[in-house]
Amino acid sequence: MAVRVMVRRRKGEVFLAGKVIVLTSGKGGVGKTTSAAAIAAGLALRGHRTVVIDFDVGLRNLDLIMGCERRVVFDFINVINGDAKLNQALIKDKRNDLLYIFPTSQTRDKDALKRDGVERVLEELKESFDYIVCDSPAGIEHGALTAMYFADSAIIVTNPEVSSVRDSDRIIGLLASKSRRAEFNLEPVAVHLLLSRYSPERVRKGEMLAVEDVKEILSIPLLGVIPESESVLKASNTGTPVVFDEESPAGRAYLDAVARFLGEQRELRFLQPERRSLFRALFGRA
Amino acid sequence: MAGNLVQGAVFTVMVVRAGMLRDAAFEPELAEQIRRSPRFFLNAPVVLDLKDAAEFAREAEFAEAKETLRRHTLTLIGVQNATPAQLQAAAGTGLASFAPNAPQPSRRPPREPTQSAAPMPAAAAKTRLVTQPVRSGTQIYARGADLVVTAAVSPGAEIIADGNIHVYGPLRGRALAGAGGDVDARIFCSRLEAELVSIAGHYLVSEQLPPEQQGFPVQIALVDDRLTVTRN
Repeated sequence: MAVRVMVRRRKGEVFLAGKVIVLTSGKGGVGKTTSAAAIAAGLALRGHRTVVIDFDVGLRNLDLIMGCERRVVFDFINVINGDAKLNQALIKDKRNDLLYIFPTSQTRDKDALKRDGVERVLEELKESFDYIVCDSPAGIEHGALTAMYFADSAIIVTNPEVSSVRDSDRIIGLLASKSRRAEFNLEPVAVHLLLSRYSPERVRKGEMLAVEDVKEILSIPLLGVIPESESVLKASNTGTPVVFDEESPAGRAYLDAVARFLGEQRELRFLQPERRSLFRALFGRA
Repeated sequence: MAGNLVQGAVFTVMVVRAGMLRDAAFEPELAEQIRRSPRFFLNAPVVLDLKDAAEFAREAEFAEAKETLRRHTLTLIGVQNATPAQLQAAAGTGLASFAPNAPQPSRRPPREPTQSAAPMPAAAAKTRLVTQPVRSGTQIYARGADLVVTAAVSPGAEIIADGNIHVYGPLRGRALAGAGGDVDARIFCSRLEAELVSIAGHYLVSEQLPPEQQGFPVQIALVDDRLTVTRN
């Protein structure tokens, strides 16, 4: 703690409590968990103490993506119910000292997410972390609503297709009406768009919506565009957030998104179809 | 909306200050006013403003006020700025309660029928203004008013007004104007991409909208019971 405060003072920053970021989408399978893992790891790589929480009670996945499934002893629900202390449940990432994973329960369901319990846990986490990244379940029911309720910022994970865009639109509306910030008339939740599984080739063929179309419909600031990439699948299966793969375009796109989240200006990349070199055309894609 | 037992509506009502009833000059002046435009005042509804009239408290007094106005063809229908005790007495005389009630001060100075011979200036119903995008799954209803949206209306969103609807942005959701049955209501939008448009119950779904008007600024009106779309 002492070190953290010192670092902040050196940067001339005001001491602030941790910020809660929710990754949500409405629709399932768009890459919320992958993005939550990548964004949290990216924030840690940028020197911020970060914890990523799995709100998908009963469908625990984040621990797999983060590669810590064999280290889960206590979980989010145990802490909410007071059966375990926070530091007993938090799992420290083996690759980055600033990154922690807070797994959820696989045996319970979303009703175990009691709002006052969640609030107590988040308040406790805010004292030790700069960023608290919440991986929301799909849908607009209790689990998703609880994950978004305490958010300071939201990252809307959207695929470039109409059903995903419509569900994202719905979620943005809910953030504006059902969050704690909305209920107490505070400054509204800062909403960002993260377009994932983007394939410039398929956009060119007219099979996918273009970045501009999605931006126009949702009219929220664009945080990043993540290209469809095999490295994402590989990263998921090996339990390594894709930002740790420096070769991967998706990993670099996530790092760009993190930089933009932190207020930096970065040019959008990976929006053009990859030009296949003769070498690649002959020997297949690397 | 069809099938609702109770519907909202907005009316213009005259307001008489309770204090004026005590003034000896009130009745002759009112009579003179009514003589000039008898049809306008015939059976016209009146609300009694009880601001600064704490002495009005008994049912008999309300009954008397009702009687006085009745002599001049006016019908007392309710009270405003009433204290809880006054409200109770008024209710006993069959009078309704109109907002605001005491202790809040009256928002608008009460209109005095003795001052204008012209028809009552219609109280302009407040237009409902929405400046944020109307997101999918959201429903906005401008009760008894026009609705102005200065942002996009998303697919899956529904905007409803008893009056006109103006959308200064793409209209991609459903828009229902004249929801209370006003056949003169219109829909204006700067880009027509609607899922459904309706005026006073007549509707067109996106497939029935003229394709050549899609994506253009249009207005939609009800002409001879048919919805017509014209380019603005």
